[in-house]
Amino acid sequence: MSARVDLLERSWADRPGFIGWVTTVDHKRVARRYIATALVFFVLAGVLALVMRTQLGMSENRLIGPDQYNQMFSMHGSAMMFLFAVPIMEAVAVYVVPLMVGTRNISFPRLNAFSYWIYLFGGVMIFIAFVLDIGPEAGWTGYVPLSSSDFSPGKRTDFWAQMITFTEVAALCVAVEIVATVMTMRAPGMTLSRIPLFVWSMLVTSFMVIFAMPAVMLASSFLITDRLVGTQFYNAAEGGDPLLWQHLFWFFGHPEVYIIFMPALGMISSIVETFSRRPIFAYTPMVMALVATGFLAFGLWVHHMFATGLPPMGNSFYTAASMMIAVPSGLQIFCWIATIATGRPRFAVPMLFVMGFFALFVLGGLTGVMLASVPLDLQVHDTYFVVAHFHYVLIGGAVFPLMGALYFWFPKMTGRMLGETLGRWQFWLFFIGFNVTFFPMHLLGLMGMPRRVYTYQAGLGWDLPNLVATLGSYLMAISVLVLVFNLWRSVRRGEPAPDDPWGAPDLLWATTSPPPSYNFERMPVVTGRHPLWVNADGDPRIDLPVLDGVRDDRREVLLSTPVDAIPVCRWALPDPSIWPLWSALALTVLFVWSIFDQWGVVWGAIPAAITFTIWFWPKRSDVSLRSDE
Amino acid sequence: MKPMRALLPVFAMLLAACGGVQSSLAPAADQSKAIDHVWQVMVWACSTIYLFTLGALAWAIWRRRAIATREGVSRDPMLSRALFAWVVLVVGLLTWFVAISFLADRRLHGGTPDLEVRITAKQWWWQVEYLSPEPARQFITANELRLPRDRTARIELRSGDVIHSFWVPSLSGKEDLIPGYTNAVFITPRRDGSFRGQCAEFCGLQHAHMALDVQVTDEATFRSWVSQQLRPASSPVTASALRGAELFNTTACASCHTVRGTPAGGRVGPDLTHLASRRTLAAGALPMRRDDLSKWLDDPQHPKPGNLMPAVPLSPDDSNAIVDYLMGLK
Repeated sequence: MSARVDLLERSWADRPGFIGWVTTVDHKRVARRYIATALVFFVLAGVLALVMRTQLGMSENRLIGPDQYNQMFSMHGSAMMFLFAVPIMEAVAVYVVPLMVGTRNISFPRLNAFSYWIYLFGGVMIFIAFVLDIGPEAGWTGYVPLSSSDFSPGKRTDFWAQMITFTEVAALCVAVEIVATVMTMRAPGMTLSRIPLFVWSMLVTSFMVIFAMPAVMLASSFLITDRLVGTQFYNAAEGGDPLLWQHLFWFFGHPEVYIIFMPALGMISSIVETFSRRPIFAYTPMVMALVATGFLAFGLWVHHMFATGLPPMGNSFYTAASMMIAVPSGLQIFCWIATIATGRPRFAVPMLFVMGFFALFVLGGLTGVMLASVPLDLQVHDTYFVVAHFHYVLIGGAVFPLMGALYFWFPKMTGRMLGETLGRWQFWLFFIGFNVTFFPMHLLGLMGMPRRVYTYQAGLGWDLPNLVATLGSYLMAISVLVLVFNLWRSVRRGEPAPDDPWGAPDLLWATTSPPPSYNFERMPVVTGRHPLWVNADGDPRIDLPVLDGVRDDRREVLLSTPVDAIPVCRWALPDPSIWPLWSALALTVLFVWSIFDQWGVVWGAIPAAITFTIWFWPKRSDVSLRSDE
Repeated sequence: MKPMRALLPVFAMLLAACGGVQSSLAPAADQSKAIDHVWQVMVWACSTIYLFTLGALAWAIWRRRAIATREGVSRDPMLSRALFAWVVLVVGLLTWFVAISFLADRRLHGGTPDLEVRITAKQWWWQVEYLSPEPARQFITANELRLPRDRTARIELRSGDVIHSFWVPSLSGKEDLIPGYTNAVFITPRRDGSFRGQCAEFCGLQHAHMALDVQVTDEATFRSWVSQQLRPASSPVTASALRGAELFNTTACASCHTVRGTPAGGRVGPDLTHLASRRTLAAGALPMRRDDLSKWLDDPQHPKPGNLMPAVPLSPDDSNAIVDYLMGLK
């Protein structure tokens, strides 16, 4: 080990033991625990779904009552959206983006650590509330007046609304970090036209988070104040408006779906490119498609409200806007298929999940086009048809790519390969189980079954499809068990992974598996769109150009210009710190206290202010400096 | 796709059941037929695109590859042209979809009504008022809607508490009932029969048991039903029913329910003036039978847990008497 590596090791090292665990600001460690936590919430929310499916397996079943059922479906939706889907996508990005752009850490490492703690505390809080029978009961959409204090007395909805606040804060932190990382920390030479598509997708996603989250923050804050101090934002009897909630919620809620789906598009591009062993076809249109989806996503929230009696002409505008989303999506589907057709594809497990994505997402996308049509939506809105649709786009469109990406990136994250045979078993179980569960729901919706019912009467023709769906959900559960087993076994004694097991083109694979705490021994320099390939046939490149001059004795990275990635200065990133954790704890106290008493906001602000002040106290940022010459 | 093929026989069976009383696949009114037309067009067009896309994917996977060809270039003119053509095709299809949607949507909102009904949704039942310019020809019922065939009804929609959604799939699309707003749907039924509607917007504990019984008949039958509904409640005849009426008016019942022509004038629960002429109880939770009515009275929280009707402690005799009285309210 050379002296400079030794130096790097020391300046980027975490403190040992438990202290190191709670103070770390390493994007890889934070991302790994973020991903693991999100997977735990995924399993918990999935268990709730299994209970609900069992309840619906036959008509007039009395396994659980309406109150439990309502809490369960509210919790299932909220946890899947706010505690699994968005966080895990961001967590994967926290791991992958700094490596892909060739830098040593994420832009604001302490904020990153803080974001994880806030997310963890918010998630734990809502699950504890659920176990104590104060879980949410008005659905993940929390429509007023059902969620107002008149119709949802007690603290159930307050916990839900406060959980939104937690996840908002966490998501916004990560979004800001990713934007800053991508815009200012790219390796020299990685111009805008050389950014990997996954990084593009995360950049667009992060901007969407920044623009979408304030809307729901406003919505949930209005709800909290309506409930806590009697403001009347949503109360029609006092001059408020229940539709205001729906507008604010869906102005966030629809982009939210793309916030989940957009990173998945980036994952697909990465996997397709690597396993087809050729550059992705039509890179520039692909980027434009991502950006276009990001913009369009903000112009179509009203398609969730076609049944609320808005003027027909306005509705038609949103029909057209919603359908337009199919243009960039269709374009991307074409480009991926063209890439596979003109490449030399290998069908390893990640690629298998991509194939599953095609089969499911295209179907979900087409039912989405149907839902954009006002008259058709008036029939199928709020029925099981919609349940089928959004599970096809969210599971087919996001969870399949995510699982593919897990098999794809797991070797880099852990240094071990994920079991291939078990992976194939898992894929087929999940794919078949998914279709058996959700395909019959299309039919159920057309046959008149509304969503969010805890039971249904016999004689409406709904018994058989419901039973089939329930059986399918058990298959999916088995598949998730296989995945968990596979992860556990591979972490313990998986086959060791080489640096670049798949022959991938991007900088993520230009370091060891797992990467050292400083990511790259020397800062890589990029001369093309595929730094690790010498030609368009995907032949590997051995000699990656590197740049010297960044100090090894402190946590220095290069900052570069946003468009051309010309290095402009060196910048020292902060050291590990306990204060993000204390700040997160103080903020958690404030948030939870305010559920019970408005004075919690006032008194709780004091410890929060203290911890944040200490965290942000100006200091010389050269603590890791070993010797200043 | 393997799983789909395995499920085909199942779907064949299901399709037979699609002509149900609550199915959008068996339209029985102008409005639902207009929507069904859009559905037919879209389902065929979208299925074709789906199969085409998967076909293209299959071709991409299994095509023969000439080993030495260097196709791995990013700018292939043929492919670029194909991409352009594909985007044009997608845009064209979407334009067509938008056009047929717009035209169908216009058909849902038009028409001169022959009949006006106001429906107010409450947790968890429907109050149905037949409106008329003459106050004497207005009446209120609950959880049932009767419509004459070939006549256009305008149904005004309001909410008494939270947001609900009016939905009778065989007759029309859904429309929300929102506090502070007045919405409306038009229905022109073209086929006699019984249809079932159900609340489609999650509205709390008993969202699952909030059904509406809809009967479409010819005009003469409808008129005779109207004139029967306009009459005040029939007087009890048997001794037990007389005692039931007495009990009804002196215990908790009358404070929530109205029986026209009697002292009972509560407005919280459904109007019971012609309860026994309806086909269901408790917004479709139970069929209208003597046994079920008596079960309902004894413990309303069992068949419909969480609903707002309290269990009133009554001796079996008293309960029986009230059931006798109610069964006489034809």
